[in-house]
Amino acid sequence: MSRIIVMTSGKGGVGKTTCTANLGMALAKSGQRVAVIDADFGLRNLDLLLGLENRIVYTAIDVLAGECRLDQALVKDKRQPNLALLPAAQNRSKESIKPEQMQRLVKALTKVYNFILIDSPAGIEMGFRNAIAPAREAIIVTTPEISAVRDADRVIGLLEANDIKAVRLIINRLRPAMVEAGQMMSVKDVQGILSIPLLGVIPDDEQVIVSTNKGEPLILEEKLSLAGMAFANVTLRLQGEKVPLMDLSAPPEGFLTRLKRLFDP
Amino acid sequence: MTIPVISDLIDRLFSGRTQHSRDDVKRRLQIVLAHDRLDLDPQTLERMRQEIIQVVSRYVEIDFETLEFSLETDQRVTALIANVPIRRMRPPNTAPDRPIDAELEAADIELDLSDGDILLRDETEEPTPTLPRSKEFVVIDDPDGRHDKAF
Repeated sequence: MSRIIVMTSGKGGVGKTTCTANLGMALAKSGQRVAVIDADFGLRNLDLLLGLENRIVYTAIDVLAGECRLDQALVKDKRQPNLALLPAAQNRSKESIKPEQMQRLVKALTKVYNFILIDSPAGIEMGFRNAIAPAREAIIVTTPEISAVRDADRVIGLLEANDIKAVRLIINRLRPAMVEAGQMMSVKDVQGILSIPLLGVIPDDEQVIVSTNKGEPLILEEKLSLAGMAFANVTLRLQGEKVPLMDLSAPPEGFLTRLKRLFDP
Repeated sequence: MTIPVISDLIDRLFSGRTQHSRDDVKRRLQIVLAHDRLDLDPQTLERMRQEIIQVVSRYVEIDFETLEFSLETDQRVTALIANVPIRRMRPPNTAPDRPIDAELEAADIELDLSDGDILLRDETEEPTPTLPRSKEFVVIDDPDGRHDKAF
């Protein structure tokens, strides 16, 4: 059975799309057949982070309108043939699609793909309701900041109310030095407040911006950055492997040996 | 409460800093999430507080100056924490279920919004108490001794 996972956060700008792009790419790299859906109609960005913006011909709206087949709208990644993107329409609003239509699209995708990641828009309105409608699992992306954690908490409540019980947490943009100085909430602080299982922690890393500039997810780098390694770990945990959290306060050499252990078993 | 004091001292010695915004953000989040999760509008909360005061006032005299109500949350469970200091017992001849002056007192309570914390002020100060003044605390549910002033 395919796993249908919505990536959501409540607050905008916390890294939902970055997480979706990297997780999708990493899952595809590990041999899974993955479809990533941009559910942010009117403000699509997932295509940019995957570097697929120039290859979009049709969008999800065209499929629903019967103007093309689903496979015509799917953009297959040339670097990683296991990955396909279902783009959102840029010229439509979030109200132009209904939850039932989203469910139909995802149902069709489950015939071919075993992982379906839905990149939810920010907020808790129509776009969010569309994004969560077909999902059986959810990944909450948050940063260790008061507004992001509050919004994440609200979204967790809404997911529970919508009967999505497998809800897990990614804490993005952690700055270990600030935590140690007592000026940022720690992983334990955030997880304790939100009280949902932790899927992973992504350290704040300049390489994230570099990778979005190029349209190449971090996970495609030959020598993984810190954040790239964190995404690799999240992907393993998502597939049921027990991977300990990275020690983000250790010197870089420690990470390299850790990485080697991870990729040369 | 000696451990926080010691850790505070250590922090001051080693970092030269006394204030940690990490503690502020945790405290603020805990209060705001307690309210968010309960989804209780302020009017209902206020009504509930008034009614609790009325009921408790039937039995005892409350010290309104130091009265505290707050919502706290832990492991996605929200608790209403009431810290109700008692001035003295009501005279024994007052039947508990009969409406008495205290309810009128509670209804007359004014909300003081001047400094952020809403305090309950008792305008109807009574003359000399008949029983010796002893300050007791009725804590409805406060396992860790934390009662943040939420409102």
